[in-house]
Amino acid sequence: MSRLRILVGTRKGLFVLSADKRRRNWSIAGPHFLGQTVNHAVLDPRDARTLLAAVKAGHLGHTVYRSEDLGKSWKEAATPPAFAKAAEGEAGETVSHVFWLTPGPAAEKDRWYAGTSPAGLFASDDGGRNWKGVEGFNAHPDRRKWIGAPQDAPPDGNTLHSLHVDPFDANHLYIGLSAGGVFESPDRGASWKPLNRGVAADFLPDPNAPYGHDPHCLRVHPRARGVVYHQNHCGIYRLDRPHDRWIRVGKNMPKHIGDVGFPLVLHPRDPKSAWVFPMDGGTVWPRMPIDGKPAVYATRDAGESWTRQDRGLPPAHGWFTVKRQAMSADPLDPLGLYFGTTGGEVWSSFDEGESWNCLCVHLPEIYSIETALA
Amino acid sequence: MKVLLPTPLADYTAHRREVEADGRTLAELLRDLDRRYPGIRFRVIDEQDAIRPHIRIFVNRLPAPTLERALDPGDEVLVVAALSGG
Repeated sequence: MSRLRILVGTRKGLFVLSADKRRRNWSIAGPHFLGQTVNHAVLDPRDARTLLAAVKAGHLGHTVYRSEDLGKSWKEAATPPAFAKAAEGEAGETVSHVFWLTPGPAAEKDRWYAGTSPAGLFASDDGGRNWKGVEGFNAHPDRRKWIGAPQDAPPDGNTLHSLHVDPFDANHLYIGLSAGGVFESPDRGASWKPLNRGVAADFLPDPNAPYGHDPHCLRVHPRARGVVYHQNHCGIYRLDRPHDRWIRVGKNMPKHIGDVGFPLVLHPRDPKSAWVFPMDGGTVWPRMPIDGKPAVYATRDAGESWTRQDRGLPPAHGWFTVKRQAMSADPLDPLGLYFGTTGGEVWSSFDEGESWNCLCVHLPEIYSIETALA
Repeated sequence: MKVLLPTPLADYTAHRREVEADGRTLAELLRDLDRRYPGIRFRVIDEQDAIRPHIRIFVNRLPAPTLERALDPGDEVLVVAALSGG
């Protein structure tokens, strides 16, 4: 009997919340990798059994762990993601940590992708046991320009995130670079081009710059061909392919809330429904709920309008942040939504955001939330 | 020769803090250590063959700044990992 599982990656380990399909009788397992940072943990939807986790312990080098028994036992990758060795006399790059893990397409059961900091793209064809650089990106002559200098990077370093395989074309990849922008590849990562037309970049001198933008979270709809959304440093956007100009649907958010935030979640069955978690992007960018009043905002019409959903959330003094990977939906009906906070709380909604309950408190700072039936 | 390891690497050696490994240089010793305890080398040496930040290696209690440090069979190698960052 499969159970609903919520994989909670935190600054100090991985926790797994689980429940029956009615979303009752919750239990918690873990911590796995106690004391180690787990940026992302993902269950392979192709076998509903294999877990991969991106792990880094203190000052030691990063790695990827694989479990074939839903986390009962783990085995470390024999060859973790690593940049190519530099030629003699040249400065080489070093992966700090794996930030994002993405299962490959259904037809390639052992294919996985990983995004790292500094921004690098890696792939595995043996289920995450051995990783190789995707040199079409890592060695691209423009990559250094795209990802910028280290001093321009976010506090945790320049990062490749939001790695998606187009569900209708396994050769077509999307990535987000923070900072750098959204990029796509039509050929499994061999070639790349920026995909940032229409996206604001208030911090760049050129408002029409082809790259240098700061996507926070990109989502590709799993069932509706060509429907892409993203939460950017400068707004919420929707893209309907084959068009290549983003529409700023965040302009339809209430003005006093704005459209700054980190995570964005899509409804897996309805391409017009999405959820965001707005944050204060004024002055010094507090990155916390506006006025300390946490709220999710939902759209049911592809971003034409947004509705506040805060029933059950703290009415005041809710001073936390929800990171870009820390909000997700389950596959059940009605849809369940989950977000994790920097204060170590996991919040859940079993009615598509209408009401919220706190599932779990006192975890370490939450970096990522993923869901699965297994 | 004797190799002393810090607690963050204990999972690789079944929690043995003192192990044996061989090599004519520190680089060779670390490769031998990795053969005996797969994965341990990458945790302290990065893909550019540099000792990772906040990791220090001592030979006979003297700092070994590079992997080219020559070793004798009776030497004692100490790997130290900083525990900082909260």
